[in-house]
Amino acid sequence: MEHFDYLFAAYSIIFLVIFGYVIFMWRQQARLEVEIHAMEERLKNLKTTQSSADAKSAAQK
Amino acid sequence: MKNKATAMLGWSTLIMMLVALFMVFEWVPTEEDQGIVQRIFYFHVPCAWVAFAAFGVVAISGVFYLWLKEQLFDDLGYAAAEIGMVFCTLVLITGSLWAKPIWGVWWTWDSRLTTTFILWLLYGGYLMLRSIADDTPEVARFSAVIGIVAALDVPVVVLSVRLWRTIHPAVLITRAGEHGLEDPRMVVTLLVSLAAFTALFGWMLMLRLSQLRTRSRLMIIRRDVALIEAAAGDY
Repeated sequence: MEHFDYLFAAYSIIFLVIFGYVIFMWRQQARLEVEIHAMEERLKNLKTTQSSADAKSAAQK
Repeated sequence: MKNKATAMLGWSTLIMMLVALFMVFEWVPTEEDQGIVQRIFYFHVPCAWVAFAAFGVVAISGVFYLWLKEQLFDDLGYAAAEIGMVFCTLVLITGSLWAKPIWGVWWTWDSRLTTTFILWLLYGGYLMLRSIADDTPEVARFSAVIGIVAALDVPVVVLSVRLWRTIHPAVLITRAGEHGLEDPRMVVTLLVSLAAFTALFGWMLMLRLSQLRTRSRLMIIRRDVALIEAAAGDY
């Protein structure tokens, strides 16, 4: 089993790097989903406020 | 539906990867000259294959972006470049880990190694540009051009063992044009590993692309919010 340490290191690094990258993607995805949900809520609220402001100014005219 | 396809591909990849690992460590015979360290080859070559395929996707999506100006192709190129970079890094690391016991050195400026390192630097530059610059159409255009030009190094890497004097082994097809793997089990193991890594590439690309599409959608929503807030300020 000469040079087994090199073989072990090569396969360990391959799987560590791949798992590391997949975990990075999952964490990014979770963060993006939270952020997009918050922004969609904010956009919805803004649109509601804007349409009620438009209706108010139209009534005043 | 899309999530189901991604999940199915993910599970298939995991099964194929386990089969490939079993074949590499239990089934395939040990190469006589190099010993067990030759088994690095069964994952080193698929890593190179995925890196080259990913950089090919970057170049093709770059051409489509320049032609159609569709954000989808910019996102696809970015996702593929990132994955290609991960696997190109693994090629360099696993190559060094094989080289040390076989050649006696971690690194040598051999044509195959040097051209692969240049490829790594080129796409490193591409990713640095993407990370430091804002997401504007200009940056997307520059990135597409860099992605296409950098991919020209891929055929140079592949042909380097035939174009120049090199100590890197030409295993799949030897320099004499013969088959390099002596035992059919070695060929089967390599093919299974290639299939597993191709599936892994597809799965990672689907995940990363869907994430970049979400990010693009987020930027559109942010812009809409900013526009409405600016308009509200004018009232």
